[in-house]
Amino acid sequence: MSNNLDLKKGLNIPVKGVAAPEVIKTVVPDIVAVKPTDFKGLVPRLLVKEGDAVKAGSPVMADKQRPEILFTSPVSGTVCGIVRGQKRKLLAVLVKAGEKQEFVDFGTKSPATAEETKQILLNTGLWGALIQRPYGTMAQPDTTPKAIFVSSFSTAPLAADTDFTLRESLDDIQAGINALAKIAPVHISICKEKAASTPFHRVENASIHEVSGPHPAGNVGVQISHIAPIQKGELVWTISPLHLAALGHVIKTGKLDLTRKVAVTGPAAAKTGYVVALPGTPVKELTQVEGDVRVIGGDVLTGEALGSEGYLGFFNDQITLLKEGREREWFGWAKPFRPKVHSSSWCYFSWLTPKKEYEMNTNLHGGPRAFVETKCFEDVTPMDIFPIYLIKACLAGDIEKMEKFGIYEVLPEDLALCDYVDPSKNDIQAIIQKGIDLMIKEMA
Amino acid sequence: MAEEMKPGLFEKGGKLYWLHSSIDAFDTFLRVPGTVTAKGAHVRDGIDLKRVMITVVIALVPAALFGMYNVGLQTSTVYGLDWGFWHMFWYGLLRMLPLFVVSYAVGLAIEFASAQIRGEEVNEGYLVTGFLIPLIVPVDVPLWMVALAVAFSVLFVKEVFGGTGMNIWNPALVARAFLFFSYPSSMSGSAVWVSKTWVPALKGVDAVSSATPLAIAHDGAFDAATGAVGQYSFMDMFYGFIPGSTGETSVIAILIGAFILVWTGVASWKIMVSSLAGGLLVGWLGQLAGATVVPCYYQLVMGGFLFGSVFMATDPVTAAQTETGKWIYGFLVGALAVVVRLWNPGYMEGMMLAILLMNTMAPLIDHCVVSAHTSRRAKKAITA
Repeated sequence: MSNNLDLKKGLNIPVKGVAAPEVIKTVVPDIVAVKPTDFKGLVPRLLVKEGDAVKAGSPVMADKQRPEILFTSPVSGTVCGIVRGQKRKLLAVLVKAGEKQEFVDFGTKSPATAEETKQILLNTGLWGALIQRPYGTMAQPDTTPKAIFVSSFSTAPLAADTDFTLRESLDDIQAGINALAKIAPVHISICKEKAASTPFHRVENASIHEVSGPHPAGNVGVQISHIAPIQKGELVWTISPLHLAALGHVIKTGKLDLTRKVAVTGPAAAKTGYVVALPGTPVKELTQVEGDVRVIGGDVLTGEALGSEGYLGFFNDQITLLKEGREREWFGWAKPFRPKVHSSSWCYFSWLTPKKEYEMNTNLHGGPRAFVETKCFEDVTPMDIFPIYLIKACLAGDIEKMEKFGIYEVLPEDLALCDYVDPSKNDIQAIIQKGIDLMIKEMA
Repeated sequence: MAEEMKPGLFEKGGKLYWLHSSIDAFDTFLRVPGTVTAKGAHVRDGIDLKRVMITVVIALVPAALFGMYNVGLQTSTVYGLDWGFWHMFWYGLLRMLPLFVVSYAVGLAIEFASAQIRGEEVNEGYLVTGFLIPLIVPVDVPLWMVALAVAFSVLFVKEVFGGTGMNIWNPALVARAFLFFSYPSSMSGSAVWVSKTWVPALKGVDAVSSATPLAIAHDGAFDAATGAVGQYSFMDMFYGFIPGSTGETSVIAILIGAFILVWTGVASWKIMVSSLAGGLLVGWLGQLAGATVVPCYYQLVMGGFLFGSVFMATDPVTAAQTETGKWIYGFLVGALAVVVRLWNPGYMEGMMLAILLMNTMAPLIDHCVVSAHTSRRAKKAITA
C-alpha cells in the first residue's frame, strides 16, 4: 500500500470562472429544502406534515426500508411545503426558517464504539453522507466496510478549494475521523502539490496518501482503486471532507450545523466567489441567474442541473453556471481554428494555448455516433481497467463481464471525463449508471 | 437555407419527415448542431467525428496530390510524351476526378439511404473511405467497376453490421479486394498501372507493359551493386516516381500524412511502428532464408506496404483496441504482408490481405489481452 500516488492520465478542463478564495455573501436562511433525490438508493418516508415545527436536526423523513436512517432539517422553523412530482414522488420538504435558530441537542459525548458512531450518524441525518462502494449508494447501517476513504481535495473543474472552505474546521474533521475510525480504518488523501500548505496533512488517526495528477486524481474512487482496489464482496465507504467536518462538529458541540462555503463558479456567473449557505438554499439566493443559463449543483462533469428555481443539494459545495449552447456555429468542425472552443484532441489547436480558460457552454459540439475513437477514454482514466470494455459490458448488460472489467471499482463520476472527450458524443456516465443499476438489481 | 425549410416539412409529422436524416446531414455539415447536453457531463470537447474524419482526409491529401502528378509522370515517361509538370498533374487530376466522384456518389448515396432507413444521422465514416478507394486502385480501372465495388463494400461490409463503428473489416480495402478477385485483369498484372485512356495521342496504341517494382523484385531483378530494382532506384521508390496505385507510391507523401495522423492522435503510432517492424523482420528472415535478394527495408518502400500501415491498418474501428493489442496487431500485419510477398508464387502484394486477415483477428487479439489483464488482476487481488 503506497502512500504516494502519482497519476499521469487525466485532464483538467479549462473552464472560465474559478471562485477566488473570498466570501462574497452570507445567505440568511429563509426557505430551505430537504431533497430525498440527493441520496442514491433512498425510498423516503415522510415524518412531518405541513405546519409542523422543526428544529435544526429534527428528522423530516426516513428511509422506508431502513427506518433508522433519518434525514434532518438543517434549520429550525416550520414545514411550509411538501413538493411532489409525478406519481406523487416526494421531491422536497420545504422548511421556512424561524426568527431564532434552535438546535436539537445530540450530546457532546465522543463515541467509544462503532455502534455509537453509527447512532450519531443515523440520528443527526448525516448517515446519508456515507457513500458505499461498489455502486455508490447510501451505506447500509448493518454492514462494516473494510475501510473508509476521504479525499480531502477535488480536482474537478472549478471545484471548491477545501483548503479555503475547511481551513477553520480542522478540529471538527479530526473529531470526525476519530469517530469513523471506530468503524473501520480511515484513509485520507491530500493533494501532493499542496502537501506543505494544506491543513489536512496534520490529521491523525488516519493513513495519509499524497496524490498528484490531473483530474480525476482527486476522485476518491480513483484513489481507492490504487490504494485498496475493491474486490467482489468487499465494501468501502466514502465521505466528503465537508460532511466529515459536520460530523465532528456535531460530536463536539451537539449541534447539527451544515453551513458551508459554496463556490459560485462558471463562465455565466455574474460574480464568482464563495457564498456561505446551507444545503437546500434556493439557487436564487446564492447567485443571480439571467438569461438562458444552466445552474449546475456541483461541477460541470458530474453535477446535476438544479434549475434557476431549484435548491442547493446536500452534497454540493459548488454551483456552476453555464450558458446553454443553443447557438449554431457555421462550419464549426471544418474551421481550422475555433478559438472559443476547447478540445483536448490535437485535431484542434487548443494545445497552442495551454493556459487559456474557455467560456464553455452546454453545446454538445456534434451528434451522437457509434464508438470510433476509443483510446481517448484510456487517456483520461487513471485506473487499471479497460474503459471501453467496461462500457460495452454495461451496454450489453453482461453481469459477468461487468464484474471482470471492474464495475465494482467505478462510479459514473470516475469516468466523467470520457463523456467530455468522446468524439462520438456518447453519455458514458449514463451507461455506467445503467450498468450499476443492473448490478444492484441482479446481485440483491 | 436548410433551417428555413426545416420547420413543418421535415419535422416529425411533416410531409417530408422521412427525409430528415438527409436534411440533418446537410444541416449539420454546414453548422454545428444546437443540441445541448442532456445527461452526463454538461460541457463537451469540441471534437466530433466530422473533425476526426476530415483530419484523416487532410492527411491523405499529400499522397493524393503526389499520386495525381505521378499518374501523368508515368504516362509521359512510359509512352515518351515529354509532358511538363503541370501537364502531368493536370492529366492526373482529370483522370482521378471521376474516380472520386463515383466513389463518393455511390458510397454516400448508400450511406444516406441506410441512415434514412434506420432513422439515424448520416455517419461521417465514408468521408475517409470514399477518399481512400480511388487512391488504392489502378488509375485506369473502369468506373462501373469502382461503383460496383463501393456498393458491395458499403452495403455488405458496413451497413449490414450497423454502419461506421460496427464494421469488422476496413470497407476501402474490401472494395479493393472485391475488385481484385472479380476483375483481376483490370487490377493486376503489368499493364494496368500506367494510364493511357484519355490521351488522344495514344488512341490505338497498345498498352505498354510497366511492372511495379514489387513485381520486378518478385522476379528477382535486383541489382545488388546499384541497389536498383529493375530500372527503379531506391530513391525513385522513396520519392514515388514508380508505377503503382495512385496513393501508394510516394513514401515522403505518406510520411507527411503519417505525421499528421500521429500528431493529432487520430491514428495509433504503435500500429504503424510495429507494422514496419514486422515487415522488416520478415523481410530480413526472407533474405537469410534465400527467399529474396532484396534488402528488407525495400519491402517498406515498395507497393502498398507503407500506405497500408499508415492509413488502412490504423483504422480505429477495425484495428485492435487495446494498447498491447495494437502492438501485436500491427506487427502481424507487417509480418504477414511480407510473408505473402516472399513466399507466394502468384500474387505479390500481401498488404491488402494481411490487413483484412488481421481485421478479422483483431477482436481475438483484444480478447486475449483483456483476459490476460483480468486474470492478472484477479491474481493480484488474491495475493494482496
